[in-house]
Amino acid sequence: MEQKDKEKREQNTPEYKNINRPVRKKDAMQLLLGKPVYMDDITRRDALVVKLLRSPHANAIIKEIDTSIAMKVPGVVAVYTWQDVPGSRYTNAGQTYPEPSPYDRLILDRHVRFVGDAVAIIAAENEKAALRARKLIKVKYEVLEPVLDFRKAKDNPVLVHPEEDWYPPCPVGGDNRRNLVASGVNEDGDVEAVMADCDIVLDRTYHTKAFSQAMMETFRTYTELDAYGRLHVISSTQIIFHCRRILSHALGIPKSRIRVEKPRIGGGFGAKQTAVCEVYPAFVTLQTGRPAKLIYTREESQIAGSPRHEMEIRVRLGADKDGRIRCVDLYTLSNTGAYGEHGPTTVGLSGHKSIPLYTGNLEAYRFGYDVVYTNLQAAGAYRGYGATQGIYALETTVNELAEQLGIDPTRIRDINMVKEGMIMPAYYNEPANACALDRCMEHCRQMFGWDEKYPVRDMGNGKVRAAGVAMAMQGSAISHVDVGSATIKLAEDGSYNLIIGAADMGTGCDTILAQMAAEYMDCDVDNVVVFGADTDVSPYDSGSYASSTTYVTGKAVEKACAQLKEKICTIAAEQMNCDPGEIVFEGKQVRRMNTKETMTLEDIAYKSQSFSTHAAQATASHSSPVSPPPFMVGMVEIELDKETGQVTVLDYMAVVDCGIPINPALARIQAEGGIVQGIGHTLFEDVLYDEKGRPMGSSFMQYRLPTRLDMGKLRVEFERSYEPTGPFGAKSIGEIVINTPAPALTHAIYRATGVWHRELPITPEKIVMANRRKNDEISKGAE
Amino acid sequence: MEVKLTLNGKPVTEQVEPDLLLIDFLRAHGCYSVKRGCETSGCGLCTVLMDDRPILSCSVLTVRAGGHSIWTLEGLQQEAEDFVGFIADQGADQCGFCNPGFVMNTIALLRENPDPTDDEIRAYLAGNLCRCSGYDGQLRGIRSYLESRRQKGGSHGAER
Repeated sequence: MEQKDKEKREQNTPEYKNINRPVRKKDAMQLLLGKPVYMDDITRRDALVVKLLRSPHANAIIKEIDTSIAMKVPGVVAVYTWQDVPGSRYTNAGQTYPEPSPYDRLILDRHVRFVGDAVAIIAAENEKAALRARKLIKVKYEVLEPVLDFRKAKDNPVLVHPEEDWYPPCPVGGDNRRNLVASGVNEDGDVEAVMADCDIVLDRTYHTKAFSQAMMETFRTYTELDAYGRLHVISSTQIIFHCRRILSHALGIPKSRIRVEKPRIGGGFGAKQTAVCEVYPAFVTLQTGRPAKLIYTREESQIAGSPRHEMEIRVRLGADKDGRIRCVDLYTLSNTGAYGEHGPTTVGLSGHKSIPLYTGNLEAYRFGYDVVYTNLQAAGAYRGYGATQGIYALETTVNELAEQLGIDPTRIRDINMVKEGMIMPAYYNEPANACALDRCMEHCRQMFGWDEKYPVRDMGNGKVRAAGVAMAMQGSAISHVDVGSATIKLAEDGSYNLIIGAADMGTGCDTILAQMAAEYMDCDVDNVVVFGADTDVSPYDSGSYASSTTYVTGKAVEKACAQLKEKICTIAAEQMNCDPGEIVFEGKQVRRMNTKETMTLEDIAYKSQSFSTHAAQATASHSSPVSPPPFMVGMVEIELDKETGQVTVLDYMAVVDCGIPINPALARIQAEGGIVQGIGHTLFEDVLYDEKGRPMGSSFMQYRLPTRLDMGKLRVEFERSYEPTGPFGAKSIGEIVINTPAPALTHAIYRATGVWHRELPITPEKIVMANRRKNDEISKGAE
Repeated sequence: MEVKLTLNGKPVTEQVEPDLLLIDFLRAHGCYSVKRGCETSGCGLCTVLMDDRPILSCSVLTVRAGGHSIWTLEGLQQEAEDFVGFIADQGADQCGFCNPGFVMNTIALLRENPDPTDDEIRAYLAGNLCRCSGYDGQLRGIRSYLESRRQKGGSHGAER
């Protein structure tokens, strides 16, 4: 019976009016018609223009800084240096307090730690004056030896953060005297004993780079003093509440003096889970009392943003000849760059969100890591958050195992993958309560035509067609940490206002949360108006990250709606002179049981506004002790030009288990967008520095994003599972979708060339060079 | 320098700095749909029409627009509304920041080629980057718009 119920819930859920429906995003038409809804469209045009002077050196001490000539430029209002800013360290990481990220920043520091680090803040009446002044600031640097190779950073005599006041709010195994932000190891079972007993042990090392989110709207913040003299911040951010706390720490002013709101956001992907630029205009406004605006150029976003953590991942994989994967030993070295934002946490996902995929026959695992400082751009949060790197490494090793054993790579996964009901030791011993990964694999195999496409096909024109496969998982929110909240209130016409602190950054969370509210309140989605997000108005929410909004904030919406229904019944009961328990909520009206007496929502709303002691509104919070993983399978078919190394993606097919999709259209777009982003960092997007640590990918000319010519056929479908702890059975979708392209493409490229590439991106040059080396070796062997 | 141009059908005469980029001129005139996404003429966000041809307003000096007719999305709301609902139905608007440039270039495409193939759509819009949608939803939206126009026997669709 229970099984039947579950199957029923996983099916089409036809009883829902608003859930599992492709509702248009509430802001869609405004966005598509180009209405002014972003930060720079809605803020004052006479705000001071803020620009930053940036360090040309990777590691240097400012010996002298002379701003006197710069100050003479007409229109320049202020130039600030390290001597002007507060002296207590903080972190820009948008994380719940106490942050795992170390307090290692000052607004401006005398010690600059990467090419692009802020040296001075310039505020001027217009951009031209600010830029001219920037050129006229005279700085004498004592240039120090930088640490540029993250493999040599740990225990390097050169320290990125030698300062005495470096402070880690959480014990995460960091030590600034060792260039170490975090370190740790955890395991289950006897890894060495199981490895020794395995028929085959693969030992492979992979390298991924500091890819940029490259959201279309660069980092930007506007600040002003409001009518109360408080700092009013309008910023393109995913984390209004964390941002308020960060600004309070950095500026040394009380949180009550700060209000942070976010307008529409032109994309985030995690980049805006770090307060990359907020503090600079905020400082200017506090100092001058004037509105100030800072808009990062694309170059600044590329060189001084918050990209993915570069990682080197060593995988030791133990298996038997029959393909049973018995042991995983994974070590990650993560490069956090010059500052530690998200360093201690991203690394965790490289193991905890890759190894559990193979819970099936796993007898032992070990996951160790070090996170190091270098004199390169500080990393941050980027969709996938470490899982992307770990899954690339582990999935590629599994593909190599399958190829070595001569087992179909999809079948080897069939026998090893995590299945519903299993406890996942490598995932904090959480159960896989909802897991359709096995169905995703079968579905994808059929849809893609795996059996036909897996064999390598020489097209006879110098081109080869081949296929690759990968699985992925992620989490849904940070268990025991993330808090989502919602306020819902009844308006006089029977409509509802839903007020949230989560940030819709284009993902459509305003809409899917409204869908949930509409379902609970038994009304049309158009009857729910959404507002988000403003620290003065919204109930507390950790923010939109860690794949948490649908799962955690969604559940808060459910709770708030339940409370509001009770209040509505109470107000009605008072009117009808009965017990609230006798009142039944029926959507547009309430009914008194056993009578024909009804009262419309409009009447109840008006009643709540006249001689009433009951507010027709409710606020609820939610947090989860578990983080149910969504699962996914991706398959790709490529055509590879053997002469040029050019890889053309012909077909990318994916099947996702995100529980019950609340809005299948938006879930699909999330998946498609994530896949194309993943194709980008696998094939084109490269992060290169010169020998002095100067970034070479500072524009879209060098850092090439995928265009619509770079992807072939995309197809995404869903296998439903029902997550009992999620709203309407939902899990997350936002991050997992970026995880399969790197391993699937690496696999396909191996199939086409016979070479395993273990560093991203796999550019045509690398493919050609590797083929050449392989051919040389073959001919040498022949001699 | 003095510049005279037509902006969304209205004549504008103004003194401008010689190095003022058209994108900044347009935003200063309330055309906030025009967005800047890069500084290297590589993202398509700032696309506007100059005498009916799509141009990147970040790469044109305002004075070079003198004597020409400039159209931004603010002036083409009706024409855009015809098809953007189909993009919305796909959920492909997403963050929206690239939408105006994409919509402007699609308008230019459909004026030039009322019934484009998928490959023609991809080629024409290749310079319009989108980091959210993965592009396929945008293509599906345009395709279903063309399909609906065909079914209605619209004047453009019927030409072919």
